[in-house]
Amino acid sequence: MIADLTAIAFNAEGFMTNPNEWTKEIADVLAKQEGIETLTADHWKIIDFCRTTGMSNGKSPTLRQITTGTGISTKDLFALFPKGPAKKVAKIAGLGKPEGCV
Amino acid sequence: MTEQPRKIAFICSKGDLDMAYPALIMGWAALGNGIEVIIFFTFWGLDLVTEKRVDRLEIAPVANTSFKMSMMGLPTGNWGIPNIMGIIPGMTAFATWFMKMKMKALGVPPVREYLEMLSDGGAKMYGCKMTVDMFGIKKEDFLPCIDSVVTASDFMDMTEGAQIIFI
Repeated sequence: MIADLTAIAFNAEGFMTNPNEWTKEIADVLAKQEGIETLTADHWKIIDFCRTTGMSNGKSPTLRQITTGTGISTKDLFALFPKGPAKKVAKIAGLGKPEGCV
Repeated sequence: MTEQPRKIAFICSKGDLDMAYPALIMGWAALGNGIEVIIFFTFWGLDLVTEKRVDRLEIAPVANTSFKMSMMGLPTGNWGIPNIMGIIPGMTAFATWFMKMKMKALGVPPVREYLEMLSDGGAKMYGCKMTVDMFGIKKEDFLPCIDSVVTASDFMDMTEGAQIIFI
């Protein structure tokens, strides 16, 4: 099933404004918009981690929090979400822009 | 006309612990935002990428006008650490320990690990040929993150269209 994004609110930078509206189907569509055709198990491992931490403390995890939290290496993280993983992961996970610097 | 991807280059010329971090932090942010990163290490900046020096970078309280006692939680307002105290043996080690502790509390990785992250994230890092010749540094003295040793002219070629930050 392909998600319909017409009713979903985004801010000017393309981040979803209400993380509660997020579904896995929405993530598939957002990933395609970010140039990722298919979300693999490793992609999901990262997205699930972001969803869990993001929904519990209201903040997108930083890249270093993602690598230490999931055990996925920096190299693999950049290969899975090429050209700017920080914003891409947060967008696909329906969270805001990461606020930390590391 | 197709838009060129954004590119940013840092010149690291300082080997103090506090001056190691700006390029690492901004470079990491750039990579996370899909910006190409080049780092050129020259003069004292080569300490950051030298195996023997990278874990021993220091910050000295002497002649550092921003170094205030209030940073240690003392209610001393704008009082600095008197230079006469700064020259006491162990003061630099103390200041270094203090800064490392503060950085660790913020979850900031040590310089060696940060460089690895940047390298894994795709940053290209180079040593300055003239400094390498002057200090007699060999290829095997460098951390693996250094791609090669290049001349100032090479650096100019590879940073065409890039934004350049000198640190």
